[in-house]
Amino acid sequence: MSEHDSKRETDAHSGTETTGHEWDGIKELDTPLPRWWLYIFYGCIVWAVIYWVFMPAWPALPGLAGETDHTRGLRNHSERANVAAALDALDAERAGGFAALEGASIAEIENDPQLLGFVLAAGDAVFGDNCATCHGVGAQGFVGYPNLNDDVWLWGGSYEDIRTTLTVGIRSEHPDTRFSQMPAFGRDELLSRSQIGDVTDYVLSLSGTSADVGAIQRGEAIFEAQCASCHMADGRGDRLQGAPNLTDQDWLYGGTREQVMAIIHRGPYGVMPAWEDRLDEATIDALAAYVFLLGGGEDATARPTGR
Amino acid sequence: MISAHGLKRAGSDPSTAIVLLITVLGALWALFAAAYAPDAAMRGQSWLILGGFLTGIILLVGAIAGGGVVTDEREYNESLIKAGVIASLFWGVAGLLVGVVIAFQLAFPVLNLEAFGFTSFGRLRPLHTSAVIFAFGGNVLIATSFYVVQRTCRTRIAGGIWPWFVFWGYQFFILIAASGYLIGITQGKEYAEPEWYADIWLTLVWVVYLLVFLGTLWKRKEPHIYVANWFYLAFIVTIAVLHVINNLAMPVSWLGSRSYSAFAGVQDALTQWWYGHNAVGFFLTAGFLGIMYYFIPKRVNRPVYSYRLSIIHFWSLIFIYIWAGPHHLHYTALPEWAQTLGMTFSIMLWMPSWGGMINGLMTLSGAWDKLRTDPVVRMLVMSVAFYGMSTFEGPVMSIRAVNALSHYTDWTIGHVHSGALGWVGFVSFGALYCLVPWLWKRKGMYSKALVDWHFWIATIGILLYITSMWTAGILQGLWWRTYNALGFLEYSFVETVEAMYIPYIIRAVGGVLYLAGALIMVYNVYRTVRGDAVEVDENVIDQPALEAAK
Repeated sequence: MSEHDSKRETDAHSGTETTGHEWDGIKELDTPLPRWWLYIFYGCIVWAVIYWVFMPAWPALPGLAGETDHTRGLRNHSERANVAAALDALDAERAGGFAALEGASIAEIENDPQLLGFVLAAGDAVFGDNCATCHGVGAQGFVGYPNLNDDVWLWGGSYEDIRTTLTVGIRSEHPDTRFSQMPAFGRDELLSRSQIGDVTDYVLSLSGTSADVGAIQRGEAIFEAQCASCHMADGRGDRLQGAPNLTDQDWLYGGTREQVMAIIHRGPYGVMPAWEDRLDEATIDALAAYVFLLGGGEDATARPTGR
Repeated sequence: MISAHGLKRAGSDPSTAIVLLITVLGALWALFAAAYAPDAAMRGQSWLILGGFLTGIILLVGAIAGGGVVTDEREYNESLIKAGVIASLFWGVAGLLVGVVIAFQLAFPVLNLEAFGFTSFGRLRPLHTSAVIFAFGGNVLIATSFYVVQRTCRTRIAGGIWPWFVFWGYQFFILIAASGYLIGITQGKEYAEPEWYADIWLTLVWVVYLLVFLGTLWKRKEPHIYVANWFYLAFIVTIAVLHVINNLAMPVSWLGSRSYSAFAGVQDALTQWWYGHNAVGFFLTAGFLGIMYYFIPKRVNRPVYSYRLSIIHFWSLIFIYIWAGPHHLHYTALPEWAQTLGMTFSIMLWMPSWGGMINGLMTLSGAWDKLRTDPVVRMLVMSVAFYGMSTFEGPVMSIRAVNALSHYTDWTIGHVHSGALGWVGFVSFGALYCLVPWLWKRKGMYSKALVDWHFWIATIGILLYITSMWTAGILQGLWWRTYNALGFLEYSFVETVEAMYIPYIIRAVGGVLYLAGALIMVYNVYRTVRGDAVEVDENVIDQPALEAAK
């Protein structure tokens, strides 16, 4: 009889014996393992072993598992193959829609409810995960990021223009990217602060905001010398250079006097990435049609080129 | 046992000299780093490190001049535990506060103050996780393990000045790590962010911790080693192994902050999650099971339910846990066979984990009435309930098909916090509520009602937290995989982000409640320690002194 056996006692509440050990007043009951616990534990082990038999599971020495370095399992299961198959299935599901879209004009898209539905679904998905971050979930835009629902376009709003812009980006790293640069008139000290104020007053007067006549006149002279080459003498802009129309009420960087002054001071340099390497041509077609159909597309009869 | 040679002064013994040497060498290194570090972050941080070592030198010289550190073998070292309790509460509140801040940042991104880069989520998130896991959890583990190992071995802690080196060295590690995060020093490994020099320091502290623990077990006056100590020992040994291997790296410069990991690509990912999952398994599970195995039977004054179960679930837990890490890497570049092993071992881990829950809950058999009368018992029991729930949820989430839904979603965050707030937090609070009256020789806490308030406020906080994150996570998982009839994703990612707004606010409110509970506790502990009249609590049974414990 060991020392412990002599110290074993029966717990009054449970009727179970203690082990005879005691530490700092703590004793232990000698309760057997709960059966349900033990059987579930065994069950989990059995399940694991069965799973190993059917699925890739254990690393194996060369030659023991055929071509691979691990046991393949009876099911020869491959999660990578499953993913590849699922992606292929999705591609197949979309293939009909993209085939119909190829070469279709906006008018043809609009007149084919099925194709229109396809373009809207594809465009919405692509727009949401690639464009909405800057242009907003509703394509409503933010300061510095154009609203795509209206009919104001910096680089053109035809189906073809939109496709080109998406493909090459704006001031992106694409070799053919759309590019232009407005000088930072204030920061680079091309104009003084009062000159910027005058030209701001003139620019705002183009869309009907009144200001001191003298300032407007001084501003007009500066505008003709500094701005008219891109924004044109009448201030209506030039899409070939991405120069916005200054006579409307639409302002990419805000239309208050302070905002316009600030932008003349620093010269904006808005960048949109080129999507050519990121999205395939068919997807860019769908996205361009989607953006066109948001409401502001121009020249609806123009046919896409380049495909 | 009174020994004629029981009273020792450690002031002039070699160990104090070695600690002094370590601090002097550390100070020299910091001085060189301040002068020659190739990066600005290191040059800045080296002053903090230098300050820490100089403080250590001053304290050590002061201690030697004052006659040395007293080691009275006739008494337990309780001032060490008191320091641990205070450090635990301090870091607990700090870590929870940062958690609340980053929870609000996720709902209101404007709280990432642009003018102050250190307030960005990317810097504060590791501050939160490290503060709650390593600063709060680590201090609770060190303090309780030093307490429990002394009591259950019926001997004073071994090592003279070394336990104090562990305590202060660990606080110093936390300071180096935390200040590093704020100024942008990180090696980018989740839960292992500190850079190489902090890792080396922690390794030193941790090895000393292991030796102190083993030394105390070695000179124990009991024939057997109590189960709580098995769990503490498994925790200390495994964390040492995990920490060293996952942090193997080559510094760019011996005076700079940057280093490159020894691992790359999928090997790095697997090593990282072998580490990461076993940080959960051995830090947050095994270590805290050690706490449970001591404090629950002590508090309810009942024998542990099943000795056999404790043996079987201990060995099965530590054997199986170490395999489960690959379940963090389902559907990644990790080979499928490794994923399978991670998943199946996670399923097999279910019952070994639940063994601890059964032993915790069934120890209350015969004392269930204390759930009504003792809020500390309520806290401990709730912690075990959360332990059981999250150790069931974990294996379920490890199943590859379930993981396809849950991975990368806030469900994971909810799962982690049901374990962290429910299990780790509550078992720690429960243990601290036991320790404070014992250590400061009070008849109870200042206010039992405040303990009850803490319990209920924190419990509601946890429920808000995990239910909002379940909802958020399952919504994310479902939306991310929803295709419309034409084969396109129905929801864009940013729509799923927008949908998180309300759940994130609810989660933050849950965090505020949990923090409020902890603040109530700090107040209650402060009043108790200060010696204000306490409510005499019949559940607080005086702990015997070492001489009396026979």
